[in-house]
Amino acid sequence: MIRSALSAILSHWRRHPLQLATLMAGLALATGLWSAVQAINGEARASYARAAEQLGTTAADRLAPEGGTITLQQYASLRRSGWQLTPVLEGTVRFKRQSFDIMGIDLLSHPLVPALAEAAEQDSVPALDALLPPGRFFAHPETARMLAAAQSEHPITETDRLPPGVLIADISLASRLLRQPDSLSYLLILPDQVSGLTPLQHLAPGLIRIPARSAAADTARLTDSFHLNLTAFGLLSFAVGLFIVQGTISLSLEQRRGMIRTLRGLGVPMRVLVVLLAAELAVVALISGTAGLAGGYLVAAALLPDVQATLAGLYGAAVDGSLGLRLEWVLSGLAMACSGTFLAGAQALYDLWRMPLLAAPAPQARGQQAIRSHKAAACAGALCILAGIAIIALFQGLLAGFVFLSGLMLGAALVLPLLIATGLRIGARLSTRPFTEWLWADTRAQLPGMSLALMALLLALATNIGVGTMVSSFRLTFIGWLDQRLAAEVYVTAVSDQQGTRLTQWLEDQGITVLPIRRSEIRYKGAPLRVYGVADDETYRLNWPLLEALPGVWDRVAAGEALLVNEQFARRHDLSPGLSLALAPDWELTIAGIYSDYGNPNGQVITSLAALLDREPDIPNRQFGLRLPAEDVPEIVSSIREVFEIPRENIVDQAGIKARSLSIFDRTFTITSALNLLTLGVAGFAMLTSLLTLWSQRLPQLAPVWAMGLSRRQLAGAEILRSLLLAAFTAVLALPLGLVLAWALLAVINVEAFGWKLPMHLFPGDWLRLILLALLAAAVAAALPARRLSRLDPAELLKVFANER
Amino acid sequence: MVLKIRNVTKSYPGQTPETAVLRGVSLDLAAGSSLALTGDSGSGKSTLLHLAGALDQFDSGEIEIAGTRLSKLRDRQRAALRRRDVSLVFQQFNLIPSLRIRQNISLHARLGNRWDPDWGHVLVDRLGLTGLLDRYPEQLSGGQQQRVAIGRALALRPKLLLADEPTGNLDETASSAVMDLMLELVRESGAALFLVTHSNAIAGMLDQRLHLQLGQTV
Repeated sequence: MIRSALSAILSHWRRHPLQLATLMAGLALATGLWSAVQAINGEARASYARAAEQLGTTAADRLAPEGGTITLQQYASLRRSGWQLTPVLEGTVRFKRQSFDIMGIDLLSHPLVPALAEAAEQDSVPALDALLPPGRFFAHPETARMLAAAQSEHPITETDRLPPGVLIADISLASRLLRQPDSLSYLLILPDQVSGLTPLQHLAPGLIRIPARSAAADTARLTDSFHLNLTAFGLLSFAVGLFIVQGTISLSLEQRRGMIRTLRGLGVPMRVLVVLLAAELAVVALISGTAGLAGGYLVAAALLPDVQATLAGLYGAAVDGSLGLRLEWVLSGLAMACSGTFLAGAQALYDLWRMPLLAAPAPQARGQQAIRSHKAAACAGALCILAGIAIIALFQGLLAGFVFLSGLMLGAALVLPLLIATGLRIGARLSTRPFTEWLWADTRAQLPGMSLALMALLLALATNIGVGTMVSSFRLTFIGWLDQRLAAEVYVTAVSDQQGTRLTQWLEDQGITVLPIRRSEIRYKGAPLRVYGVADDETYRLNWPLLEALPGVWDRVAAGEALLVNEQFARRHDLSPGLSLALAPDWELTIAGIYSDYGNPNGQVITSLAALLDREPDIPNRQFGLRLPAEDVPEIVSSIREVFEIPRENIVDQAGIKARSLSIFDRTFTITSALNLLTLGVAGFAMLTSLLTLWSQRLPQLAPVWAMGLSRRQLAGAEILRSLLLAAFTAVLALPLGLVLAWALLAVINVEAFGWKLPMHLFPGDWLRLILLALLAAAVAAALPARRLSRLDPAELLKVFANER
Repeated sequence: MVLKIRNVTKSYPGQTPETAVLRGVSLDLAAGSSLALTGDSGSGKSTLLHLAGALDQFDSGEIEIAGTRLSKLRDRQRAALRRRDVSLVFQQFNLIPSLRIRQNISLHARLGNRWDPDWGHVLVDRLGLTGLLDRYPEQLSGGQQQRVAIGRALALRPKLLLADEPTGNLDETASSAVMDLMLELVRESGAALFLVTHSNAIAGMLDQRLHLQLGQTV
């Protein structure tokens, strides 16, 4: 019995191969885009975990200062009290304009020592060589190659047991290069401690103990928002793909209602039929899911380099270049495909389950039934939107932002059919010609079959408008910000401090204003914080991009009594002008202003150069911004190179930096644009599949009008017109939704994810282009069914009247 | 003559001239007269009706509707002819589900620019559809839907009305009432009626009767 019933059920696909292809393609697309995002996220997270493990930060708790650094005296005192601690000094060193993160460790006690000793041994270097002058670096082969090109003073041992992007050195070398002879970033608390020691909070009340797991997850935590953004995009693509799947499954089950009724009449229990249909869906899901995984892997491999650039640019997080094939990724992808399929088919299977034995094979809901279902969906949609608004009003944070967006998007999608039906009804009322009257009414009749595809199109268009507006607003703001921030005409990096001093003198003799760029790096509440010292100059007063400031802000900074903080640091620590900030236990300054600082993952503060040098006289003096008339730039640049033999790459003019910054910016959003386009592509495909699967149901509606004297060509034209009409309605409704989405991304998600709030700009030209693209997609989607209709054999239409269908 | 069919043949793919669905059929139908075409299933009745309605193309022979030769017409011209001069009533009613009854009745006449509201009013009244004009087809019974289909066909004031088993979906009583009404209205409109039926009783209500067997008239 089961074999015969299965054979009858499967015979449907022989008659409808296109429907099967559509179902599988929809599922593969949904799984593919979701899996691509998951592969990227998985690879990045694995990289962070590997890096943390390789740096030995997963096994031990950290003892970090609330602000500033730990002194050697504090360290020595803790050691004397019996605690087994190992010091770490972190910072950034520059060789030939290239920056490297350096981690100085005690090469006798740090957990990394065995791995480094093994690497040294393989390199045939004595284990203690790194402790002797000039000092040795340990680095990942990729980083070692870059370092070797940038400096030759210190030998390098390559080891792939270290993550890329970081140099390990003995703490003495690190403190020399960082010019922090008496500073430590944090202390690792080694696992084996004797009992009965005085608790650390008593010995060092100014230091915070950070648990190992949380310390190791620094990068992961910092980049969480980025990965959450990607996941949201993946989920959106998955949902858009599921619209195709849902439509196709519903149609295939509806077309088989007659067959199922017959099988039941022949004695096959409904339970068996439902199990067989579910098994059929499971097999389709597994095959399509596998195809989707293969596609997702390729998409992920193609997008990974841009993701690496984004993560490095925004967060300074290094991700390995290769994409691994993980078992959990494969299994979770297949699980998503199966669960998505059953979610999409649940309603249709349930309806089938409840179908009375003698029920006639009913066509899809139309007429009054359709209106009722539109109203019910719209009510559910309104509830979703209200729930989203309630969440954002009551809660804060990234998750609340995403819940708001989900409620808004889902709600809008559910309200869409009723809005379009209302628009079509108004259109029908306004039309006076019989053809247009029929077209409006017929379009409304087709709405139930098209509504899922239109919802997918709405989501894709709104996302494109929203994300596009966000990126373009960001770009516009970023360009304006660059103009303000990069006020100096030329930026020069001297090869040494001595050269820096000579260069300053020489430039001042030429009548050029020199703005030294000097900074120190401390830690604030466990995270790195850069402290810049600036000279009191009109350039800053006129150009610096301040978001909020106290009166007389620059006078206060120049007097050394106040500082400026960047926006992300202020948001992270809930700081505002007027509050004070302790950079070290004995160095507390008033916050006089907050400035925008896009693209920087870390906290940054600015104070007077004199105040900074008072505390840290040894900080490097190699970087300078030069103010001079733009027309003098080429001459001065060439003079500097001639007089000081500074390499070409150490002198950059303003335009060069801006171009480089914009190129980094654009690359950062490559993945966003790619996912945007893919989502729109999936929505276009959803329209095509809906039109194709509805094709067989269309003939009974078209044949009478054809018999009344509309030619097949006119009907084909009407098909395209109908598709354009629906896409245009959807696009018009997608516009306000997209703008709300843009607002939420700029004012809520961006603030949580990156720490900066951006003004919203409007780009009507972009919207028009996008709407035209949607109309083009709709016309292309309708072109195939229209072509088929224009060439259809009249005998096919006549079958409608002969009741042979 | 409103309809002239001369020696028409029609075959479908896979059929030989000997097994063609129509083999040299000829008939004439004058304005204001009615003809019933009977025959067994598969005898070619519906095919002949479709050819007479310029819905399908024949292999050889000629069909003229109100003096227009169909063999010379292109698809667009055949559509224009249907829009102007030919109406159809089918067993399945084939109303437009998305249009109200009012719109369904006027649709064909308006497409052919022949809508006469007064005549429409008469038809609605005579067909007993007055209270149903704002409903949709799915809200009507089978008998009511068939009356709407007849109203739609006659609203055009066609020269030729084609009906394929127009009461095939109705019970005997409803069938007889609908036929009486249709014949009455056809006479008033002056159209020629070409009707396909299995029913001898219905065939007996028309002026002429022709029997089709194996693709030929007997």
